[in-house]
Amino acid sequence: MQKYSIFSLIKNAFSNHEKWDLAWKDPSPKKEYDVVIIGGGGHGLATAYYLAKEHKITNIAIIEKGWIGGGNIGRNTTIIRSNFLYDDNARFNEFGMNLWRNMSQELNFNVMFSPRGIINLAHSDAQMNTYARRGNSMRLNGIDAVLLNREEVKKIIPMADFSENVRYPIFGGLAQPSAGTARHDAVAWGYARQADSMGVDIIQNCEVTGFNVSGGKIEGLRTSRGDIKTKKIGLCVAGSTNVLAEKLNMTLPIETHLLQACVSEPVKPVLDGVVTFGAGHFYISQSDKGEMVMGGDLDGYNSYAQKGNLPTIQHVLTGGVALFPFLSRLKMLRTWGGIMDMSMDGSPIIDKTHIDGLYLNCGWCYGGFKSVPSSGWTFAHTIAQDRVHELNEGFSLNRFSKGYLLDEKGLGTKTWIS
Amino acid sequence: MLYIKCPFCGYRSQKEFAYGGDGTIKRPELNQEISDEKWNEFVYLRKSPNGKHIELWHHVAGCRQWFKVQRDTVTHEIFQTTKMNEEIK
Repeated sequence: MQKYSIFSLIKNAFSNHEKWDLAWKDPSPKKEYDVVIIGGGGHGLATAYYLAKEHKITNIAIIEKGWIGGGNIGRNTTIIRSNFLYDDNARFNEFGMNLWRNMSQELNFNVMFSPRGIINLAHSDAQMNTYARRGNSMRLNGIDAVLLNREEVKKIIPMADFSENVRYPIFGGLAQPSAGTARHDAVAWGYARQADSMGVDIIQNCEVTGFNVSGGKIEGLRTSRGDIKTKKIGLCVAGSTNVLAEKLNMTLPIETHLLQACVSEPVKPVLDGVVTFGAGHFYISQSDKGEMVMGGDLDGYNSYAQKGNLPTIQHVLTGGVALFPFLSRLKMLRTWGGIMDMSMDGSPIIDKTHIDGLYLNCGWCYGGFKSVPSSGWTFAHTIAQDRVHELNEGFSLNRFSKGYLLDEKGLGTKTWIS
Repeated sequence: MLYIKCPFCGYRSQKEFAYGGDGTIKRPELNQEISDEKWNEFVYLRKSPNGKHIELWHHVAGCRQWFKVQRDTVTHEIFQTTKMNEEIK
């Protein structure tokens, strides 16, 4: 594999950048693999990469229905954080933060990880109390958390509405200065390029049509480009989890819902980090190009549409304008939607299943992007060793029937309101 | 925007309604021994089909009645709406 550096850039400038190697090959599926990963998004690509790198398993195929990076890895709002209350979520994502920090070097691909911080705003005393509790919990897990009062928040985001007569005055906020953003497409491409260089077959435009299961064991799968034999299958298909689960006669604690995001026209730098509104569902950051990147509520009913409805965007931006009045004068550049695997407690599932050789990675709700490296790392361990790692033992499939829920927000099973 | 036919009030905009989730889930019978497995199915497990989905909606800014809707989860076409005690055909 060609190493990307200032020298290779200069060298290729002499040939008008027409002689770069392809970043990854376009192979046809082989008859048999040691492991097949279904889903060529962030989680699938990262899983294949860590299987090859950490566990020396390289006879792997990634099967992708569309093209790699065309799903939620290319549709998210690029936020990376580990500001969780519960230990299982906090440790898992803080492990991921360390992988994020070295990712550009490790993958030899600039993922533009930018630790510019996140602030969750509070609009009441009660909210400040819950943030203090969450901040303490974070610090006990070694994560940087800072409780900010109104004046401190005002210094960081002076353009927010700090006037006296607002419906939801800003009382303060909880900051994680080490949180940030990254270039989402580069994450997919970086993992894909490295996985490919270690021998992983990335097979695009290949839809899984069924599974061969015999005696409770995985024997292979059927695809639109022929049958493939394998003893281990890892499912990383986000919003399509229920569709594949149905082919396996499984019913999961997951519902598929649609989440929209939008960006405004680019403007000069106005917002440094990520800010979330505490009195409604709205979050915002500014991209390096200057666009305001915004998101919020789910569309509110089960959906596989991959495109959203207007009332939700209007509702989300109402919250946005309440927080940042200047947004009302910006034009929207585009909106888009992606389908989310909403789990019944808002936390993910990375586990083995009752079928031998079938491994599940799902339930990311709309927080999957930040967990791409930690999910790939732990899922690779789970597949290679056939047992969960201590980092993902809290994300078990049977935690629902056992009562060990990881309900960060205490919202219960109404996935569409989370 | 969805345009939903409330069985009591007729067609109204989506903004008048609240979603109530999968309408095919049945609570286990009362006064019977219920296994953890049955509770798990009732509380947590959902098919979430890609296609026709029977679901509950609440006309919360109207007559405040709950009712059933059969809707396509890809196209959002609504095929039928019925009162709670009627079956989707």
